[in-house]
Amino acid sequence: MYQYDQYDQAMVDARVAEFRGQVERRLAGELTEDQFKPLRLKNGLYLQLHAYMLRVAIPYGTLNSRQMRLLGDIADKYDRGYGHFTTRQNLQYNWIKLEETPDILADLATVEMHAIQTSGNCIRNISSDQYAGAAADELVDPRPYAELLRQWSSFHPEFDYLPRKFKFAVIASDTDRAAMRLHDIGIQIVANECGDIGAKFHVGGGMGRTPMIAPVIREFVPALQMISYAEACLRVYNRYGRRDNKYKARIKILIHEIGADEYRRQVEEEFAHVLTLGLEPPAAELARIQGFFADPGFETGLSDEVDRSDPDFAVWLNQNTVAHKQPGYAVVTISLKPIGGIPGDASADQIRLMADLGRDHSFDELRVTHSQNIVLPHVKKADLYALWQKLEAAGLGSANLDLISDIIACPGLDYCSLANARSIPLAQKISQRFADLDRQRDLGELKLKISGCINACGHHHAGHIGILGVDRKGTENYQLSFGGSEAADTSLAQITGPGFSEDGVVDAVEKATNVYLAQRSEGERFLDTYRRIGMAPFKEAIYG
Amino acid sequence: MKILTGNDLKTGDVVWWDGQNWSRDVNDAADAGGDADAILAREDAAVRVNAGYVIDALRTGDGVRPAHIKDRIRALGPTVRLDFSLKPADTNVSEWVL
Repeated sequence: MYQYDQYDQAMVDARVAEFRGQVERRLAGELTEDQFKPLRLKNGLYLQLHAYMLRVAIPYGTLNSRQMRLLGDIADKYDRGYGHFTTRQNLQYNWIKLEETPDILADLATVEMHAIQTSGNCIRNISSDQYAGAAADELVDPRPYAELLRQWSSFHPEFDYLPRKFKFAVIASDTDRAAMRLHDIGIQIVANECGDIGAKFHVGGGMGRTPMIAPVIREFVPALQMISYAEACLRVYNRYGRRDNKYKARIKILIHEIGADEYRRQVEEEFAHVLTLGLEPPAAELARIQGFFADPGFETGLSDEVDRSDPDFAVWLNQNTVAHKQPGYAVVTISLKPIGGIPGDASADQIRLMADLGRDHSFDELRVTHSQNIVLPHVKKADLYALWQKLEAAGLGSANLDLISDIIACPGLDYCSLANARSIPLAQKISQRFADLDRQRDLGELKLKISGCINACGHHHAGHIGILGVDRKGTENYQLSFGGSEAADTSLAQITGPGFSEDGVVDAVEKATNVYLAQRSEGERFLDTYRRIGMAPFKEAIYG
Repeated sequence: MKILTGNDLKTGDVVWWDGQNWSRDVNDAADAGGDADAILAREDAAVRVNAGYVIDALRTGDGVRPAHIKDRIRALGPTVRLDFSLKPADTNVSEWVL
């Protein structure tokens, strides 16, 4: 994985020192909160419902065991013994003290981590495919391209005060595991008819209060012009994006209003200009970065056979591992969704254990998924049983990847100052209702996503079943929707009708699954059945 | 009643104006009456509280209860981590929040 050079480290160290001074001035009363707020947000520090919250960037969700271990240590030393993995592959601490934040950032800098640009109207952490470098179906590893974008976008002076926040996702396979089309810019690394590598640009996607699927703005940008094209996309947005209304300030609104064709025309015009400026990094820099992402020293000649005689292990093996490009290896997903648990939360001890397992079983690599789970990307199949036993002992052995209890949920009103309703208790109740693993497996792939407000951090628009918490005259109310997807078949969920109480929506979800079980055809997922039969039978069951 | 809440600047802890100082316990909250804005301005200038605001609340036999669920959760702590509430040993501590 990528390692900082002297410039990277110097930039991060300088930022820590700068923020330490800003915090000292704030505590001394030399800065007002209005003056300080944009400074702390640029360093990932929010003031949430109960305390300060620090969001730590995990570039494209990749980290090594030393970094993961430190995240656990910080949870113990500065927080309350746990961390929360987010839907943008980051980690949040919920109980941070302002006076200790510079020390936390200094600790993070010792392992090449930071919280820069995890908030504010700038280019945020670049997300990617959690199986990058391991997936059997990828064209190339997308992370060198994500890293190139990270370097370009870090402290980019022109894009430090955009109309609104801006999110990239980069993938390199037709199987979209990163909700790519629901980002401000979604890039798929592709090959053209000559076999040259380039970037397919989708621009103007997003969730939030106005969900949109990004249209394709350019089918192929040569890899060595990707940065220039991104620069052009951002420049047009920066010039015309609305700053007078934050609810209409995202790039998706601009493209919707002027049309994809007109946006494309302007980007092409700007792109032609940008190409004359020589902004593009040299090919040698991409090659240097790619060198950090070379395959680890996979053993060859390994068997793909795994002893499945332990039935519980066999279930986990089937559910939580996927094919690796290298024979004899598997990609393992560690579920952070135990029945009745808090989606995405992990204790300091669990974080450190996962760090150790990444070191011992996965060439020192771990990944954070946008579904709030952890991936060990390169595990020898011969090690899987021993690995599973260690996970089971630590409460990390849930065999529920992509099942109904593998719920995405934002922190909701239990933690978030923007939320209107709680998300976590609802996730807990649904997972408890469907606790029986055989029942879950019978239901098959069913992606349920919960947001506690219209900002949609819980991706409810993209849920096969989506739930949005709203405030109805001071009482929590939950809108139910069906038919969303953030995979290659991206679609936006449709609201079923009137909302429900917390218990009512759990019942409604169960009724919907019953409709699916009664109506499904061979091989159909919940989503497929919904798409085939439409909303009516579900509405009848829920409201009838 | 009108009560004042905010966060402690250094620690971020949720605090409530008790008439003289800032308390961690909502039950200490005092009625700020018509002085809310003046108190907040003074306390903010003195860097004694961060992001303060005024809310409606009721004084009941069981204590001070903010009118809105968001502020009741601020007063309690996360409903999903009662071990972080003001009274972690009290299994009924969250009953008044929802």
